[in-house]
Amino acid sequence: MSAPSAAGRVGSGRGSRWALRVLGLGFLALLLVAPLVMIFFKTFEDGLMPPLEAITSENGLNALKLSLLMVAIAVPVNTVFGVVCAILLVRHKWKGNAFIDAVINLPFALSPVVIGLALYLLYSTNGGWFGPTLAEAGIEVLFSVPGMVLASIFVSLPFVVRETVPVLQEIGTEQEQAASTLGANVWQTFWRVTLPAIRWGVAYGVVLTTARVLGEFGAVTIVSGTISGQTETLPLFVGKQFEAFNETGAYGASVVLALLALTTLLAMNLLKRKEDA
Amino acid sequence: MEANPAALPPSAASPRAGMRLPGVGVGIGRGYVVMYLSLMVLIPLAALVDESLTSGLGNFWDQVSSPQAVRSLELTMICSLIVVAINAFFGTIIAWLLVRDEFPGKAAVNAIIDLPFALPTIVASLTLLALYGNESPFGIDIAFTRTAVVVALLFVTLPFVVRAVQPLLIEMDREMEEAAASLGAGGFTVFRRIIFPNLIPGLAAGVALAFARALGEFGSVLIFAGGLPDTQVSSVFIRSQVESGNETGAAAVSMVLLLASLLCLGAISLIQGWGSRHERSTGGALVMPMAGEMPADTEGEESDDERA
Amino acid sequence: MGISVEGASKRFGDFQALDDVSIEVPDGSLTALLGPSGSGKSTLLRAIAGLETLDGGTVLIDGEDVSKKPTQKREVGFVFQHYAAFKHMTVFENVGFGLKIRKWKKPQISDRVHELLRLVQLDGLADRYPSQLSGGQRQRMALARALAVEPQVLLLDEPFGALDAKVRKDLRTWLRRLHEEMHVTTIFVTHDQEEAMDVAGQLVVMNEGRVEQSGTANELYEEPANEFVMSFVGEVNRLGDDFVRPHDMDVVLDADERTQEGMVQRIVALGFEIRVEFVLADGTEVWAQLTRAELQRLELREGQIAYLRPVQAKSFNGSTPSDTSGASTPLGSQDGGDAEVSAAV
Repeated sequence: MSAPSAAGRVGSGRGSRWALRVLGLGFLALLLVAPLVMIFFKTFEDGLMPPLEAITSENGLNALKLSLLMVAIAVPVNTVFGVVCAILLVRHKWKGNAFIDAVINLPFALSPVVIGLALYLLYSTNGGWFGPTLAEAGIEVLFSVPGMVLASIFVSLPFVVRETVPVLQEIGTEQEQAASTLGANVWQTFWRVTLPAIRWGVAYGVVLTTARVLGEFGAVTIVSGTISGQTETLPLFVGKQFEAFNETGAYGASVVLALLALTTLLAMNLLKRKEDA
Repeated sequence: MEANPAALPPSAASPRAGMRLPGVGVGIGRGYVVMYLSLMVLIPLAALVDESLTSGLGNFWDQVSSPQAVRSLELTMICSLIVVAINAFFGTIIAWLLVRDEFPGKAAVNAIIDLPFALPTIVASLTLLALYGNESPFGIDIAFTRTAVVVALLFVTLPFVVRAVQPLLIEMDREMEEAAASLGAGGFTVFRRIIFPNLIPGLAAGVALAFARALGEFGSVLIFAGGLPDTQVSSVFIRSQVESGNETGAAAVSMVLLLASLLCLGAISLIQGWGSRHERSTGGALVMPMAGEMPADTEGEESDDERA
Repeated sequence: MGISVEGASKRFGDFQALDDVSIEVPDGSLTALLGPSGSGKSTLLRAIAGLETLDGGTVLIDGEDVSKKPTQKREVGFVFQHYAAFKHMTVFENVGFGLKIRKWKKPQISDRVHELLRLVQLDGLADRYPSQLSGGQRQRMALARALAVEPQVLLLDEPFGALDAKVRKDLRTWLRRLHEEMHVTTIFVTHDQEEAMDVAGQLVVMNEGRVEQSGTANELYEEPANEFVMSFVGEVNRLGDDFVRPHDMDVVLDADERTQEGMVQRIVALGFEIRVEFVLADGTEVWAQLTRAELQRLELREGQIAYLRPVQAKSFNGSTPSDTSGASTPLGSQDGGDAEVSAAV
């Protein structure tokens, strides 16, 4: 396509161009940038020490550890699912594919509280379908780590699939066919041809999944009971600290989460460029 | 071929080749996927449906029509509608700026659009409170009001609209705009009659998704708007019902939200179906969040089989 | 509405797309801008339309300097290679677009649109969407759309480039007839010299941002100004400094002072004409165009030795056409004066 032409450029008048910029960028500044900047200001209002102390308190560190644990379990699990599912959806026609597609989209549209409640009801030890049976086997799901993991998996389920599907579609089957003619079996083809070709899409999906798991609040709140030191992830820690009027603690943890968020944004951007290359 | 990756992809070019698992493998794969989804998603939701009806349909209706429940649903719906309307407007402008304008720091702006996707909602709530609450450096105090609900929802849903419209603008056929100019149309007319109509499908899908998200939003609203009777959105209401032991009531109201979500997803599906049939791209909704380009929609050059 | 471009220049980064280009397009004519990719022909066309801004030079339409005028005000009809159809509008709405924004009343719009649809033979398809039309139909719609507002000038940018060969030929004829009927000053861009020669009254040959030559098809063919034009407009063989058209290459079975020896490499039958490829003693490859009758008479076969004698030749380095190996031959001079017609017929 030729260089952008002189004609048909809306807003090419000085006035309208600047009006759009003020409107759009102003909105962004007030809505997104200001809050981001605010976190850092508010946290270090009284210096570096107070928030540092709060975050390195026992509860704070436990919260951080728990958050990372969620990521360590939910992300790989959803990644494997995501890649397998993507391959099935893109390369194998099936009547049930539309249904699978629809179910995968559900976590995007459901309220985290609804998700938390659904899990709560399922695993509740009095009346839930699975709860009592599992309790007899000595497995505590609610108010404990397993429940939180399930919640994390539910909310972050779609990302790897959604990011892998288009990449898989785009690369087409020719390379894989070539590999077959050269004698590669399914597993070899997958490892050596398919996976390398889709790796940036998968990586992008992994970053999104991680961000989602780290940031999850609503569903995990209901499922875990927010028991300090035991079932409190970092976002939950923020909430609880705030409710206990311990602003410093809340903000300290917020900064950590904000930094993780910025890292995520950076990773997203770098990966986006890799994907396009 | 309609390049909408989120729509159900038809089996790629040759159904018999490519990264295919052997027959047995496909069976196992499908079994795994179905079981995984059932275990993680479907069965919990089934439990939810079950609980909401456990005391009968009458009780279900009572729960859903209780004054508090109704108030929360009304508030949630109205605020969500307001929010998507505002974001449709600003989101389109921002997408426009990102695609058609040049200014220093554009890459940073493009990156920051995804902030609400990356930042935990509870943190968002906290800082909105600090920014626009009673210690506000701007002197604006809207905490614990319905405006707070709107602002919080604006925050979390903005990226949906921007990322839905952006790819459409990128792949828009500039020549249509040039043709319109050669026919005498000025800048705004070109936007109104040529560009905007082609953005509508993608915008609609983005709005539907943003709406679904807004309906269920919890974390960002919780601290900033609080759970006062006047500012209690449905998700907060549901949680309070759980805490006071009224699980059936919580489940009932959850069902309403669930149905609303399903309707939104259905709407998006319809829009994308319409888009494929009319060779119109529906852009980035449901393939979000993604910063930037989509695979280009290559217009197939049809062979001409009629006599000129 | 004649068009005049004077000293047009345009750069895209490091690339000089137009380099001091000047052309004259007479009122009511049908002119082709012909050249290879990158020659600047599309850029020139778009500059006339106002879709590109020139770094230097002026564009005059009907004597008026429009260089500063935006596209909207230039009243030029523009047709794009890929149709630029308004996908979200019906055929009727597409064609009526220009009229609608000029605030014509509905009945008048309807009349005019239907008149044009009849002209381009698309009536009956008014309520269809472009996605439901074939490529040829879309292009005719695009033409109708451009003509609806009665432009002073009609500009077409490789209008048939995206279409199948057969459709291209049909639309070519159709465009010529349309022009004969409407007499709107028309310029079209193409890289297909056959198309240009078939349709246009005047051709402007461009290369690397400059005009090489302009004139009628015959002028360019018979009296090319340089090597580029000669080889772009028509086929050519190169013998040393001389350039010979394949149909000016006589093939005889006996050598004489004016011939060169060559071995038949390949004989290709392209319908009525036969193309015979030779390799000369010094390795040069040339080909001669013969009729079937001539081929039969000569009974040529692959691997056979025969003798080639140029009837006319052109040379562009200032000197008269040089001798071929052997004696001097009275070949046609540079201005295409009468050549000695060979006896072998």
